[in-house]
Amino acid sequence: MSDKHLIVIEHDNVSIVTTSYCAVLAASKVTSNITALIMAENKEIAHNIGQGITDKVDNIIYIFDNNLKNRIADSYAEGISHIASSLNFTYIWAGSSVFIKETMPRVNARLSGSSMVSDVQEVIDQEVFKKPMWAGDIIATVKISSKIKIITVRPTDFQGTCIVKDKCTVEEVAYEIKADSIKFVNFDKIESDRPSLSEADVVVAGGRGVKSKEGFPDLIFPLADALGAAVGASRAVCDAEWVPNDWQVGQTGKIVAPKLYFAVGISGAIQHVAGMRGSKTIVAINKDAEAPIFQVADYGLVGNAEEIVPELIEKLKK
Amino acid sequence: MKILVTVKRVADYEARLKIASDSKSIDTSEINMITNPFDEIGVEEALRLKAKFGGEVVVCSVGDKESQQNIRTALAMGADRGILATHENSDYFVNTEYTANILENIVREENPDIIIMGKQAIDTDNHQMSEYLAEKLNMGSASQANTVTVNLEDKSVTVIKESEGGLETVSMTLPCIISTDLRLNEPRYASLPGIMKAKRKKLAIKSVSEMNIDVQNNVTIVKLETQPERQAGSLLENVDELMDKLTNESKSL
Repeated sequence: MSDKHLIVIEHDNVSIVTTSYCAVLAASKVTSNITALIMAENKEIAHNIGQGITDKVDNIIYIFDNNLKNRIADSYAEGISHIASSLNFTYIWAGSSVFIKETMPRVNARLSGSSMVSDVQEVIDQEVFKKPMWAGDIIATVKISSKIKIITVRPTDFQGTCIVKDKCTVEEVAYEIKADSIKFVNFDKIESDRPSLSEADVVVAGGRGVKSKEGFPDLIFPLADALGAAVGASRAVCDAEWVPNDWQVGQTGKIVAPKLYFAVGISGAIQHVAGMRGSKTIVAINKDAEAPIFQVADYGLVGNAEEIVPELIEKLKK
Repeated sequence: MKILVTVKRVADYEARLKIASDSKSIDTSEINMITNPFDEIGVEEALRLKAKFGGEVVVCSVGDKESQQNIRTALAMGADRGILATHENSDYFVNTEYTANILENIVREENPDIIIMGKQAIDTDNHQMSEYLAEKLNMGSASQANTVTVNLEDKSVTVIKESEGGLETVSMTLPCIISTDLRLNEPRYASLPGIMKAKRKKLAIKSVSEMNIDVQNNVTIVKLETQPERQAGSLLENVDELMDKLTNESKSL
């Protein structure tokens, strides 16, 4: 029997989360026939989401159910595993995100004959993948030989445009979601006009070197705005509650790989570097010439960020 | 309230890692081993729940005999007793199903009201265990917890989770599983009296070979490589030079 590939599409009821396209790109390394699974509250929302992917996949399967209104792991896991087992899919791919990290292990537990590899950064062949371990210090080549393979991919390593397909078949599967062990209460969204950290071409990140809670918006925000950049931070300033937690760049926070990364007043702890070492060009500004961040930076400026950053902003504006 | 908390013995995140001669594992002979930091946060949260509601904190680990030290550390922090399931099957290092089956065995024996785990171990960086185990046990789970509120009257738990673009709140019924994120709490240090007391606390050692675990090893490490080092670039004199490099050399602007 030949392999069948299913991509789990994550969305926010309005549009597809870009990490889902990364999963399509990763799967296309080993197959030319891709099925997308779109699960949503109702038909209208589902088909609207589907518009974002009809030219990139060969088939779309829809499931609608009231219980799919919010991204809740047990409900989605039930739907995904139902489709995978009833339609004999042998690969289930998804782009790594908080929601996917919660959902796919549950899919693995529900299916029989499945195993899972998470946060894949490279597809070697049908069974062999590379993934970071030990905070990205070590790259492991991992072989998965189960009948059903569940693969989540690290979005930063699968960037580009998907192959355009000229025909897409659509199927609606009637299925009633029963899982109810987790109840959604609410989502407290942090509003921002800046690009999102995981998707931005330029990231400006600040650390302890900005000196205070007030120093962060005073120095980092204007530089980010001058560059049209997303704002990131070191673990230290997130822990100190100077900025929201989800701005943390690092192995335990977000992994980013923009074209240009500014580390302002960040010393460069191993776990921070693991989250940004994939950036194309890294600029470090730090008063300590011995800071480890200079070991990974392409361009370094040793000095006081409070003097360097305003000068930089002024020159960028010209 | 009976709280089960898991701890894993891992290489210190500050250690310089060396790949062993089999190229499939890390040479741990000369490096410091620590308790997975997310698990330490789990132990702290368990102790806080016990302080509020009373009951018992059981610390559980799966690994080699040395993991006793990590359980003892948790006992010194204030946990009541420990369970270590030992095995030498290092081939199962990245296999979630194997460890989850062992933990499932222990949970079914202990019947805790709540299970607290780290969101991921800092060696495999898998982030799979709590969710996999929850599904096996037919329980609710909440990952990357930032705030945990238990209501014993209606046996419910409300968890605020660190999600993309904001904070998500979910509620579940006990028993359930919670996985910790960095900002849930600040773990305490073990006190000297705590360390003395820990020596007399019960630590049961079970052999996995007697547990009837039958998991096919479908995920294995082929080889490990160290990440290629990023080359250090140049230190520049001033902002003008940086502007020039970004415009003309890296063409980033």
